[in-house]
Amino acid sequence: MSGVLHRHPRLRLGLLLGPPMLWLGVAYLGALAALFITALWTADGFTGNIQREWTLDNFKDVFSLEVYRTITIRTLLTAVAVTVIDAALAFPVALYMAKVASPRAQRLLVIAILTPLWASYLVKAYAWRGMFSADGPIAWLADPFGLSTPGYGLVATVVTLAYLWLPYMILPMYAGLERLPNSLLEASADLGAGARVTLRRVVLPVLFPAVVAGSIFTFSLTLGDYIAVKIVGGTNQMLGNVIYDNVLTGNNLPFAAAVSTIPVVIMLVYLAAVRRTGALDNL
Amino acid sequence: MRKKRTLAGTAAFGLALALSLAACGTEDAGDDSSPDSASEGPGGFVPPDIAMADSLGDNEGTLSVLAWPGYAEDGSTDKAVDWVTPFEKQTGCDVSVKYFNTSDEAVTLMKSGQYDVVSASGDATLRLIAAGDVAPVNTDLIPNYADEYDFLKDRPWNSVGGQMYGVPHGYGANLLMYNTDVVKPAPTSWRAVFEDASTYSGKVTAYDSPIYIADAALYLMKTQPDLGIKDPYALDADQLAAAVDLLKAQKEHVGEYWSDYLKEISAFESGDSVVGTTWQVIVNYTKANVEAILPEEGATGWSDTWMISSKTEVPNCAYAWLNHIISPEANAAVAEWFGEAPANPKACDLTSEGFCDGYHAGDESYADQIHYWTTPIEQCLDGRTDVSCTTYQDWTQAWTEIKG
Repeated sequence: MSGVLHRHPRLRLGLLLGPPMLWLGVAYLGALAALFITALWTADGFTGNIQREWTLDNFKDVFSLEVYRTITIRTLLTAVAVTVIDAALAFPVALYMAKVASPRAQRLLVIAILTPLWASYLVKAYAWRGMFSADGPIAWLADPFGLSTPGYGLVATVVTLAYLWLPYMILPMYAGLERLPNSLLEASADLGAGARVTLRRVVLPVLFPAVVAGSIFTFSLTLGDYIAVKIVGGTNQMLGNVIYDNVLTGNNLPFAAAVSTIPVVIMLVYLAAVRRTGALDNL
Repeated sequence: MRKKRTLAGTAAFGLALALSLAACGTEDAGDDSSPDSASEGPGGFVPPDIAMADSLGDNEGTLSVLAWPGYAEDGSTDKAVDWVTPFEKQTGCDVSVKYFNTSDEAVTLMKSGQYDVVSASGDATLRLIAAGDVAPVNTDLIPNYADEYDFLKDRPWNSVGGQMYGVPHGYGANLLMYNTDVVKPAPTSWRAVFEDASTYSGKVTAYDSPIYIADAALYLMKTQPDLGIKDPYALDADQLAAAVDLLKAQKEHVGEYWSDYLKEISAFESGDSVVGTTWQVIVNYTKANVEAILPEEGATGWSDTWMISSKTEVPNCAYAWLNHIISPEANAAVAEWFGEAPANPKACDLTSEGFCDGYHAGDESYADQIHYWTTPIEQCLDGRTDVSCTTYQDWTQAWTEIKG
């Protein structure tokens, strides 16, 4: 057996790469292709059974009806807001962890940041529902200042999602900063650069690929989220809700498939843009 | 260059695979309508030919129930509220229950074939029958069926061409719930959630389903007779547009929509919602000062039917469940717990005093005033033939636009 494999390097390579390639092809690309094909069918309005006739109507509706443009823009803006907030929050934390804290404190901080990932997504989302409710802690804190809770809506959604995805931004940034040698910071100081110039011209360029890596997580996870917005989003709907509603309540699988090509396209564009910056090479 | 070719190859392979899958799918489609089934349903559809049980055997031992919340209580919510355990003891069928929140969810879940029986409202029943997801029911095999109110039998939402597709369960109205500490004076009209919604702006709630459009249509039917709405489920394009405008105006003041009944309970308990549409069972669960009324305009409502999946592997347990759930004991318990009129008059002897009168059980003229959920279809349900009405798919589209 090993002799056969030794004599046929191509067979060896095929056996080694075959299963993972098959998995990629069947489970991943196959599913995406099936999704796209489903989007070209229609569902019977009465029974919800799928009718296998080729039509572009679903895509026509998605692109021509204003409501889907509004929802797409709302989802995009939410994803951008969550990413920016996470990046702004994660930077000082990551900088402190990588450059200031003692090794012992470093380990404790990593554990502290990873711990929330052990709790269920739903528990955390419902915790924020409690925070934002009319008799919740935010209302209680804001009351002495004559303010009230923003209530369930886009603000609550952005805050909740920024909280949920924060570890995914901190960890790549921390890893990126750890790779930055202290000698570079010292050299910068020796050459007369102040903290601000060092930050801008030494730290940020090194950090950029890490921020991009983190943003892929926060951006794509927000783009596909529909549960948090159901729990704290009030009357708002995101692309994920439209897809969910069409699958589960609208009984219109083909239309749901057509809508779900929107986030796929957005992510492809985003990844292409990221690739152009060269950030992916540094991952 | 090499890398690119590999990628393209993988993609082409994936596409080819999906195409071949699609081809397989196309072949077995189209056996839905068999030519020999004769009777036509009210939507102008011919139900698929599905065999009906003609005798019963031994119980199989398990039963998977798909039900509205509160329809299959096993004592876990309240020890005194339990009609599943007696059924399990009597029949030896182990029951597992899945609750659903909207009729659309029920229709989708029934397509999976994982559930043996379902409590379907009138806006789900015909879709289930037309899709071949439920089987005709041989009512001769269900002894308790004979006791049920005659005016619930052979209705357009539970039978096709004189063939019953289930057993009537009970009926009731969607109510207006409000927080008695906040909402003063007490509302008497649906106006509280439409034109007067601004009073409690941000704390109004509404049912998150396209069928809620009928609530707006019912309100317009009573307040704007010029629109000529005769049946809230038979709306032509102009009437639908009017209902959509009303709901868009309402949306400005809606804090959140509910379809998960637990979400509505928590919103009323925390004070995030203070007025909105509800079911009696939600009022029972809510630990806050709330009250529910039947507003002066009347209400939309439901008339539910227990149906059997066409794919069930446990028909005997399924028939046993249908017989049990309309037995006087179980029917009375469900009716009192959920807050609806029972379908079996014998249940009224077992409910608390005055219960059946309160829900007007058996009062045919009252039952006719509730506008039961039904699926909007192209042929206007109010008998108009000069226009075509909007379908449920139009309503679904409109509902997405209302929520924006």
